[in-house]
Amino acid sequence: MTLPVDMSTTLGNAWFPAPIFTASGCASSGKELAQFFPLNQIGAVVTKSVMSKPRHGRPTPRMAETPSGMLNSIGLQGPGIDSFLANDVPWLLEQKARVIVSIAGETVEEYSTLARKLRSVSGISAVEVNISCPNVENRGLVFACDPDASRRVIDGVRKTIGGDLPIIAKLSPDVTDLPAIARGVVDAGADGLALINTVLGMVINIDSMKPHLGGKTGGLSGPAIKPVAVRAIYQVHAALPKIPILGMGGVSSGRDALELILAGASGVSVGTASFGNPSAPIQIQRELAELLAARGFATMQQAIGYAHRDEA
Amino acid sequence: MATINKSAVQEVVTVVSNKRVGAYHQILLNVGDIVKSCRPGNFVAIKVGGDASRMILRRAFAISRTSESSQYGGTMELIVAPHGQGSKWLCSQPEGTEVDIVAPLGTAFGIPTEPISALLIGGGYGSAPLFGLADVLKSRGCKVDMLLGASVGSKIYAPMEGKRSVNSLKIYTEDGSMGETGRVTENLLDIVRDRNIDVIYSCGPMAMLSAITELVAETGVIHQCAVEESMACGVGICMTCVLPVRNEDGSTSMLRSCIDGPVMDGASVRWDLVGKVPEALA
Repeated sequence: MTLPVDMSTTLGNAWFPAPIFTASGCASSGKELAQFFPLNQIGAVVTKSVMSKPRHGRPTPRMAETPSGMLNSIGLQGPGIDSFLANDVPWLLEQKARVIVSIAGETVEEYSTLARKLRSVSGISAVEVNISCPNVENRGLVFACDPDASRRVIDGVRKTIGGDLPIIAKLSPDVTDLPAIARGVVDAGADGLALINTVLGMVINIDSMKPHLGGKTGGLSGPAIKPVAVRAIYQVHAALPKIPILGMGGVSSGRDALELILAGASGVSVGTASFGNPSAPIQIQRELAELLAARGFATMQQAIGYAHRDEA
Repeated sequence: MATINKSAVQEVVTVVSNKRVGAYHQILLNVGDIVKSCRPGNFVAIKVGGDASRMILRRAFAISRTSESSQYGGTMELIVAPHGQGSKWLCSQPEGTEVDIVAPLGTAFGIPTEPISALLIGGGYGSAPLFGLADVLKSRGCKVDMLLGASVGSKIYAPMEGKRSVNSLKIYTEDGSMGETGRVTENLLDIVRDRNIDVIYSCGPMAMLSAITELVAETGVIHQCAVEESMACGVGICMTCVLPVRNEDGSTSMLRSCIDGPVMDGASVRWDLVGKVPEALA
């Protein structure tokens, strides 16, 4: 008889009873998945990145399945922050789900405006600052590819939002020196990091002989990018061992989640796997608990970064 | 409390039979009590390729019809065209195979309370859900006429038992290999007028749905169509299957064809904007 593993985790000063989260952009605002598992049973619902104004997103086709993955080119379609805070957040809190709100902006100022609106909302566990969405009109606007722009966004959010709400900066793996970008946003006030956003890709339709997606390029997700996520988390945890990481990228089983935790993730988001299996978050959480118990961990937190133990 | 996908369940079910019918496969699944919540127009999302597959997304199929028999319990019939890797996999599964399904999903065709005159129009395997719909309409005392079209005769799906539920059936093929030569839209307005059609129910390629909408725009006939847009999740979380739909205030929203469809009011779909972004023309 083994005791159940303590699955709780923390991201900055936010505490969660379980380490599996949804991934922003892969659970909408939670309502769609509530039929498949109780949302309060997982760590938190990370909502789809919301902008200040309602947004139509990119034209269709928005999706292409690729070997063990998919490209998406949604372009941050959403209701805008006011409708989101009026309708979606209260519903999630009624379900007793913990909520991490993901925000995205086109300018440094837009992020600060969004942060100002979040400041007065009670019941939110943390804010994810998505500075790495690849599906914006101008690839130059991907803040997370530019250390200086990344810092300015996080600095603006930190100053606006005040002291308490943990800020998690979501970064792109499509950079040369990820630990340097991570260090920059942490210096600017991020309490944690979300690693990784999708990897920029393209599919060409050989019948039309043109890019398949309406937005031409898209973000690659799914099992195909899991090794990229493991590498990114491992690198950043090695450089910044005290900074909590919310890991994501191709996790579709408890084994995958454990791999990210061993690399240094304090929590794991399940994204694309929910598209193929709407019960994926809760199933992965159960599998993870069994795998941790089988390896003799009394708490999930003991496993965070465990793959680094022999490093000098 | 779920407010979306309210009837949907995820379950492992068994293939009862898998038969080739013309260019298609008729696949029967033993789904038990799931049939009780299935309505004509709903669809099912099926995991394909087995556990080690590199295909990570479910495939969506219209539910052709459901029945409750003493022999198998509740069964669900699908008409599948082996086009892509996923549908080919499904069509190659023998009787007894277990498959992971999520169903029922999406909106259903609206069933009138009055005995109206309905015209059902199917393109290719789009005719599949129309036979289940015809049964329901017939049981409500409606007059049911049907038009089916396809490029060639082997792509017309019109089972013998299905024909019993319709008052008339007219078939068109583009190469003339079955029925009349041409498309279902050929004499549509004459048919609508001569038979006093109140409602058109359609399912098939987007170009067909768009053409029907345009033809009947001035007639006052209601057009309920089941749209076909490529989906990644089928449950409303991926935002890939969106269509531009006109709101009551005249503005346009990108609605998900999985949860706000597949059955939509043809007149509210902005067919001219499919594949574009509304803002571009705003």
